[in-house]
Amino acid sequence: MARRNAILAQSIFFSAAAILVLSTGALVLFIGSTGLRVFSFISPASFFFGRSWDQNTQDFGVLPLLFGSLATTLVTLVISAPLAIAVSIFMVEIAPRPIRRIMRTAVELFASLPSVIYGLLGLTLVVPWLRDALHVGLGKGILAAAVVLVFMTQPTMVSIAEDALRSLPESLREGALAVGATRWQMIWRVLVPAARPGLLTAVILGMGRAIGETMAVQMVVGNITSRIPSNLVSGATTMPAAIVTQLPEATSPAHRAALIMVAFLLLVITLILIAGVRLATGGKSTKASTRRAVPAAQGGRPAAVAKLQGDKV
Amino acid sequence: MSTASRATVASQVGSATQVAAPELALRLANVNLYYGSFRAVKDVTLDIKARAITAIIGPSGCGKSTLLRSLNRINDRTPIFRAEGTLKLGDIDICAPTTDLVEIRRRIGMVFQRPNPFPQSIFDNVAFGLKLNGRMPRQQLTEVVEQSLRGAALWDDVKDKLDQSALGLSGGQQQRLCIARALATRPEVLLMDEPASALDPISTLRIEELINDLKRQYTIVIVTHNMQQAARASDVTVMMTMDTADRAGNVVEVGDTNQIFTNPRDRQTEEYITGRFG
Repeated sequence: MARRNAILAQSIFFSAAAILVLSTGALVLFIGSTGLRVFSFISPASFFFGRSWDQNTQDFGVLPLLFGSLATTLVTLVISAPLAIAVSIFMVEIAPRPIRRIMRTAVELFASLPSVIYGLLGLTLVVPWLRDALHVGLGKGILAAAVVLVFMTQPTMVSIAEDALRSLPESLREGALAVGATRWQMIWRVLVPAARPGLLTAVILGMGRAIGETMAVQMVVGNITSRIPSNLVSGATTMPAAIVTQLPEATSPAHRAALIMVAFLLLVITLILIAGVRLATGGKSTKASTRRAVPAAQGGRPAAVAKLQGDKV
Repeated sequence: MSTASRATVASQVGSATQVAAPELALRLANVNLYYGSFRAVKDVTLDIKARAITAIIGPSGCGKSTLLRSLNRINDRTPIFRAEGTLKLGDIDICAPTTDLVEIRRRIGMVFQRPNPFPQSIFDNVAFGLKLNGRMPRQQLTEVVEQSLRGAALWDDVKDKLDQSALGLSGGQQQRLCIARALATRPEVLLMDEPASALDPISTLRIEELINDLKRQYTIVIVTHNMQQAARASDVTVMMTMDTADRAGNVVEVGDTNQIFTNPRDRQTEEYITGRFG
């Protein structure tokens, strides 16, 4: 009886695992095969190197979308990564306990806000502000999207970076202080280097959030697909924004397939980012000796990653 | 190394025998240490002799580490910690609010219970303290790193792999690296908080030999649980216990190590070193 139960339980777990793996594979396969159909309508060269995406002329060059996504993500990271690291250092090393608690609650609140709210705030606050401050265009564009994304990526980055710093052993701090380091020297010369794998994970996952964000970006980016934007404040688009804007109205098979191909590209980029996280934190086969004794330096990855990959759109 | 002068310098509880200043590295008078409202260490008056090894022994929870960690104010990291009384390094009042912590810690180095090398190269670990005060010519840096590693009896083990991670070293080597790191800034005093408790017997012995070599140049204060270690490695022994009434640690006997281990004056010391309590 017990044996039969064990077999039953085992097969249930096995099927559950199999379903998960198979459906992931099927997802990639479906999106890939559907997307690749675009090449029966247009040439790969005109898709990958085309500088215009215009359904009226049936030009589906991905560069405006790809460029928009990469530029938005890059601008976001340039602001967001140093900010998140600074905030997490403040929370772990400087803030007294009550303030730390308030900040953590704030970070959690930020994480739980629906992205449409961010979009709304972007549209009503950021866009008019940029328009008035810069006197160029309508205020919608890559910069507006990046400003919104800076706020959206903070919870991801801060909570992982904070975990990474917090899990560093107290003995490292005491060791640095005991040879006469000031608090800042301790932070910059010992703690930050020791937490580097965790901090890198924070940045990469924040990047994943930035590149995949759809709703909020779509509301402030301007949704101009027909050209590669020449500056950060004129209308642009990103890959997810283009998909969500155009897919409902995509009537021609070529247009549909092209959009699905964009989705496939987005999927590939995301997978590369996940591989990057693996490399940053778990890629210890070659550099085991540098990290072995500080498992804490990789701290916070499993739980935090699981938590945050869950909420990625 | 004269036994005679050792014995005279060892001070008595509550009545600090004043000796010529250069002979004394640290002076503690009426020191009380608190965690919040709890007094962890009470009324310690103690002179610590320069260029000698002072061992602090006593049962768990008697405040040995607290006392040691207040000497370089590393305990300040505990928010509720508070020190009262006089703690002096030469003319400097260690506890004064105006005292420069960086200077104190450059003059009073510390080695911890568990080896705590930074996850950096062996060279960078030793050079860490030297680089804190701005740039030092590479040549000079290399020299001091070598001297410090030689001083910590580690040079021969690591001279060919200075750029490798310190975490690849064995536990005993890591602890000697931490000693080298502490020596690099040329402190006057070296505090050691059970420096061998996480090590195997052979590494322990090497650390003890090292400590013995170091006392020619440095004042060493070592906290240890290990009676043999205190007996083997120290010149002066400080016996602490926990007061049964208020659970505060206090010093019950200070003396020449030979005297303490052969002819203790205090009953609690005798019971402790013969293993009947603690």
